[in-house]
Amino acid sequence: MAKKNFMLVCGGTGCESSKSDEIYRTLIKEAELQGVKDDVQVVKTGCFGFCEKGPIVKVLPSESFYVEVKPEDAKEIIAEQVIKGREVKRLLYKKSQQTADNIKVQDIEFYQKQFRIVLRNCGVINPENIEEYIARDGYVALEKALFEMSPQQIIDVMKASGLRGRGGAGFPTGVKWETAAKVNSEVKYVVCNADEGDPGAYMDRSTIEGDPHSVLEAMIIAGKAIGAHNGYIYIRAEYPLAIDRLKVAIAQAKERGLMGVDILGSGFDFDVEIRLGAGAFVCGEETALLQSIEGNRGMPIPKPPFPAIKGLWGKPTIINNVETLANIPVILTKGAEWFAAIGTDKSKGTKVFALTGKINNSGLIEVPMGTTLREIIFDIGGGIKGGKKFKGVQTGGPSGGIIVEKDLDTPISYESLIALGSMMGSGGMIVMDEDDCVVDVSKFYMAFCVDESCGKCAPCRIGTNQMHALLDKISKGNGVEADLDSLERIGKAMTKASLCMLGGSAANPTLATIRHFRDEYMEHIVDHKCRAGKCKSLVVYEIIPAKCIGCGLCARKCPVPCITGEKKQPHVIDTARCIKCGECFKACKFGAVTKR
Amino acid sequence: MINCKINGIAVQVAEGATVLDAAKKANVKIPTLCYNPDLSPWAACGICVVRVEGSNKMLRSCCTPVAEGMSIVTNDAELVEIRKTVIELILSTHPDDCLQCPRNQDCELQTLAQEFGIRKQSFPKRLRDLPVDDTTGAIILNPEKCVRCGRCVTVCQQMQNVWAIEFLGRGESTRIAPAADVALGESPCIRCGQCSAHCPVGAIYENDQTKEVWDALMKTGPDAKTCVVQIAPAVRVALGEAFGLPAGTDLTKKIYTAFRRMGFDAIFDTNFSADLTILEEGTEFVKRLTGALQGGLAAATKERSMPLITSCCPAWVDYMEKYYPDMVPNFSTAKSPQQMMGAMIKTFWAGKAGIDPAKIFSVSIMPCTAKKYETHRDETMYSSGFQDVDVSITTRELARMIKQAGIDLVNLPESEPDSPMGPYTGAGVIFGATGGVMEAALRSAYFLVTGEELKDVNFTAVRGISGIKEASVHIKGVDVRVAVAHQMGNIQQVLDQVRAARESGKETPWHFIEVMACRGGCIGGGGQPYGATDEIRTKRIRAIYDHDENTEYRCSHQNPYIKQVYAEFLDAPGSHKAHKLLHTHYVERPLFMK
Repeated sequence: MAKKNFMLVCGGTGCESSKSDEIYRTLIKEAELQGVKDDVQVVKTGCFGFCEKGPIVKVLPSESFYVEVKPEDAKEIIAEQVIKGREVKRLLYKKSQQTADNIKVQDIEFYQKQFRIVLRNCGVINPENIEEYIARDGYVALEKALFEMSPQQIIDVMKASGLRGRGGAGFPTGVKWETAAKVNSEVKYVVCNADEGDPGAYMDRSTIEGDPHSVLEAMIIAGKAIGAHNGYIYIRAEYPLAIDRLKVAIAQAKERGLMGVDILGSGFDFDVEIRLGAGAFVCGEETALLQSIEGNRGMPIPKPPFPAIKGLWGKPTIINNVETLANIPVILTKGAEWFAAIGTDKSKGTKVFALTGKINNSGLIEVPMGTTLREIIFDIGGGIKGGKKFKGVQTGGPSGGIIVEKDLDTPISYESLIALGSMMGSGGMIVMDEDDCVVDVSKFYMAFCVDESCGKCAPCRIGTNQMHALLDKISKGNGVEADLDSLERIGKAMTKASLCMLGGSAANPTLATIRHFRDEYMEHIVDHKCRAGKCKSLVVYEIIPAKCIGCGLCARKCPVPCITGEKKQPHVIDTARCIKCGECFKACKFGAVTKR
Repeated sequence: MINCKINGIAVQVAEGATVLDAAKKANVKIPTLCYNPDLSPWAACGICVVRVEGSNKMLRSCCTPVAEGMSIVTNDAELVEIRKTVIELILSTHPDDCLQCPRNQDCELQTLAQEFGIRKQSFPKRLRDLPVDDTTGAIILNPEKCVRCGRCVTVCQQMQNVWAIEFLGRGESTRIAPAADVALGESPCIRCGQCSAHCPVGAIYENDQTKEVWDALMKTGPDAKTCVVQIAPAVRVALGEAFGLPAGTDLTKKIYTAFRRMGFDAIFDTNFSADLTILEEGTEFVKRLTGALQGGLAAATKERSMPLITSCCPAWVDYMEKYYPDMVPNFSTAKSPQQMMGAMIKTFWAGKAGIDPAKIFSVSIMPCTAKKYETHRDETMYSSGFQDVDVSITTRELARMIKQAGIDLVNLPESEPDSPMGPYTGAGVIFGATGGVMEAALRSAYFLVTGEELKDVNFTAVRGISGIKEASVHIKGVDVRVAVAHQMGNIQQVLDQVRAARESGKETPWHFIEVMACRGGCIGGGGQPYGATDEIRTKRIRAIYDHDENTEYRCSHQNPYIKQVYAEFLDAPGSHKAHKLLHTHYVERPLFMK
């Protein structure tokens, strides 16, 4: 009798959109059809992080790591793995196309430099089964907090651990808790900020999808620490899977007596409710978030008073980000010293990054603070796609700035990123190569801020629009050098005079690119040229008659159509009508279409 | 007390004071736009930024509390540059039609641009083409000019608790409009005009009807009308501010002269009809009180004859009809002084002067925008057979008319109003301040119940700027309990107690309640000169009571002309004729018309 196989199928949103749910169901069906259903257990887990290669199926105990699996592969996986006891070689992760060496999970370079605290259970357990969470030391920290620790002791551990808010600002979590704990109030609240909104960031979604109980456990611990009995999870409505998993987890925790009245007989009560946000980026800002929970328009309000003193409905409220919370049970079980030993002097523990853009291994990674950007991009991320040249990496999403080659060896911490003119933000990391245009990228981020500015505060409401208009003008070749001064002047006013960090950081991408790539801006302004070919107005597609054999492929691909020519005769592009989609450029096999 | 330094100047401020407060104490002016001392800081504009000495970060002085030992810098090269940039950004979204703007030369944004020496437009204009909302007939909302400072929304929601306007849209398309984007005239708006009095620019302003008045005054030939004017108590102590005089300058008799020079044929004073209101409302109160003493106060509370609630304020009437329709029976049926005067002009005075009421054009000068609505509120506003008051204009409009006519108001000789509806008592004057109607009513109610005159007519407990005032007055064995509330947002806690008492079968906590929609009463009305603060309101109130103390008669029932009007025309307070001309009724109105 073969050893029982466990098949872990990624159930994150990314893999689900690539039919992982169908893979999961087909594996179960196939096991039944092939008569081996008792020899295999198929489990739907959270995100494995290696999204580039999804959908992922991992088989235990053989540690087989199958990538880019399709539903139709299920039959073969069951037949080979369960019945014949051997791996399906063609589906195993390979380091590159050239080498046939299949490697085990622990050898995959994507995972080698990672250190998983927050994502400890993602891709390991079934997030919809509380037993699996408990089996991996789940709710042990809660038991400890309820029965062995006083609120002050919990706060002391948090302070000693050096944990700082992972939502972007990096405020020490223990200090925040202590502030709220000291306020004398019968009613207090614990709020989980799951309103993840940075373009490209999805660590909070994945954490909730893959390990919802870690967040719930932490919220209850926080409740005990500050004296709160009610919690809210503010999550955007665009995260249906995460919301479903939270609902399941809340129901299971209540059924188990881990939430609700008299938790585990301790006499401590704590309840959690879910509040759905409508997707406004500004509602990730804590005062706007609280306004939204109260049913008001999601607009930031002045601080102080800080929410820890006067927050939701005027009561002391702590607001912690998902990733921050997911650290907490581990800190309590393994101790503050253990946690504080990871990371740098001022930034302790790990940080989850969503690595995307022009990178070979895009996905969700967790690394100790102090890891360098070079390690993340070139070791874990496997370098730039297609051997192109690295241009920069945007950290902190629309609030951050571009970090260039010369700064790649900086160990990552809250402070070091700010010193580089960027910020940690929630952990989005978008890698850009030589084909990316800094004007275009800045315009993209500014357009995002234009859309997401709540409209309350003049510097942000007007500044984002004026800056976007200037960037647009430059990208169309109509800019003048003085526009750069205007961009910097408005950017400075927004940075200094905005009420909240949305406006306060909205100018960062533009200011950072002007600082690092002023020459490229000047190329757009003086030479009317976009070297990356991204600014469509500045790009001209032409056909070199000498190279064109008149095959007509370009004309057939052209959606306008604006390419004409006799068969076997050189074709011509009507540049006045060309929409610069680049289809002809991509289609031509003879290099006859040029882009300049 | 907290010690801090503003630009090196040591100041002591109370706990909770903001940097802006501290700066004021140090005689340092920090430029602001969205901040208004009446309102909790909304922190929208970003102009009031300052920094803590040595820090790179900028703070908004309007909402940053002072900490012990704080050393604040309010002016340095970078702060000025940032402020200037923000002002220029705001100007880039604001039309440049200052010359045609109702706020020309009285605009906070214009002043900032001038003070910062802005002489060119650094950023391209980003204007919006949005329709003007003039559906209330009293105030006009021009969203194109709105700088989205949020003052009007805070006024409407927090100060007034009306919730007629809200922010709609996001980002650059953020605009001020009623919820669900209905027209203002179809919204819960009570036309109190406080939004217009607080707007820093020309985005919300009174419906200017000066042309209608000029047209009537200038008309000659067979269509010419006899133009009659009445002036409300609160106007006289505030108008001077529009002419550079200190707040609280009483210009009553100069204004009469100005009216004559403008061409009015007869000049009456709303103070007179305030006296009339007191006799009607006072009689109504005594009747209801007597009933309650016989049948029991709890029963009177239940059947809603008690407490009696004043109805002189048209914004408050509108609010009650929308938000407290269950209080309709509690409302005094006596019309407001404006409407009583209007009815009397086109009946009693027309007959006496031998003028066809159809040929009378009756104008009222009010501190109020809601009065424009009151002139045609329902059919009882046409009790003379014509519209009793043809046009009501605000203090601000009057100031413009006087200036336009080239009348040197400040240096005019004084004159008297016309008889018999000119002379008034001190009780009529104090209608202009919060608590005044109550005090005037008590002065006469005492006489009506006891037949004796009061030794001391001053009921100081109901005076002053605090939001809710209570007093108890001993009248012939009965402790009459009264409450006075002003600023619409304060009335809820008073009326909710009345409602709770009624619903639980208990006695109302008060017999008589005065309500005024605006802070400070009519002297703080939505049509008064701009820039009212509590300091200014207090000065206007002071002028009102000074005027009261200098009148020959202090109680309405003592006014010999009032006695004459009843003897010659109205018979007695509460008579059939008085009811026809001087009383009205109320109905429940929906919050939203649709």
